[in-house]
Amino acid sequence: MNMRTPLKKVRGLGAAHDGTEHFWRQRVTAAANVPLFLFFIGFLIKYNGKPFPELAAALHNPIVATIMGLMVVSGIVHMKLGMQIIIEDYIHVEWKKVSLLMLNTFFSFLLGALCLFAVLKIGFAG
Amino acid sequence: MANVTNNRPLSPHLQVYKLIPTMAMSILHRITGGALYFGTILVAWWLIAAASGPDYFEFVNGIFGSWIGRLILLGYTWALIHHMLGGLRHFMMDFGYGLEKELSTRLAKLQVVASVVLTVLVWIVAFLVR
Repeated sequence: MNMRTPLKKVRGLGAAHDGTEHFWRQRVTAAANVPLFLFFIGFLIKYNGKPFPELAAALHNPIVATIMGLMVVSGIVHMKLGMQIIIEDYIHVEWKKVSLLMLNTFFSFLLGALCLFAVLKIGFAG
Repeated sequence: MANVTNNRPLSPHLQVYKLIPTMAMSILHRITGGALYFGTILVAWWLIAAASGPDYFEFVNGIFGSWIGRLILLGYTWALIHHMLGGLRHFMMDFGYGLEKELSTRLAKLQVVASVVLTVLVWIVAFLVR
């Protein structure tokens, strides 16, 4: 017997009150990461060992800078969601879990901000 | 509350099961994911170095180009490719394909081989076009 009201079922929210947002974001960023990181690998292969001005000029290109920025955002969101799952799976003491989840957020956002600032600085200044 | 939950029986964990390829790939997917999490520091460092100018970039490039730097980057490449292939396998399974016992086992084995082959290929190409 199902005790949930029709509205509750329609909203699709479980005990976490979070629905399928986490799962779905993980999949969306995963799908985005495939072409973005393939581009990154290709870019590194092409500019591996090239002199600095050549690399800076390449990163100055609006298309390259945009793809790099998207890669950073998608990659950071994906890694934050992934680490959240790992923490929730293995850490069961409440204060430790909450602290690590917070640390995960701070770390991810810090790395993301550093990467984005770097990408934009080269993109704008060359 | 803590005492109540502590006394609950636990479901069997990894150590009681025989290690099979799909299970090994599942564990590796999490391990490579965790490694890539910290590997992002390398990406951030590289981007910041590129944004800081030629002098600092050459310094960082020198570290990445040393044997230990290359070893770490080789590991990062493999983790990235393995995690990517694992993700593609997950997409296939999300859509309900490749769940049969024999096929899923074969694909899991293929994933290790493919990730190693692709990693070596990427590095060979990287050295060739240099």
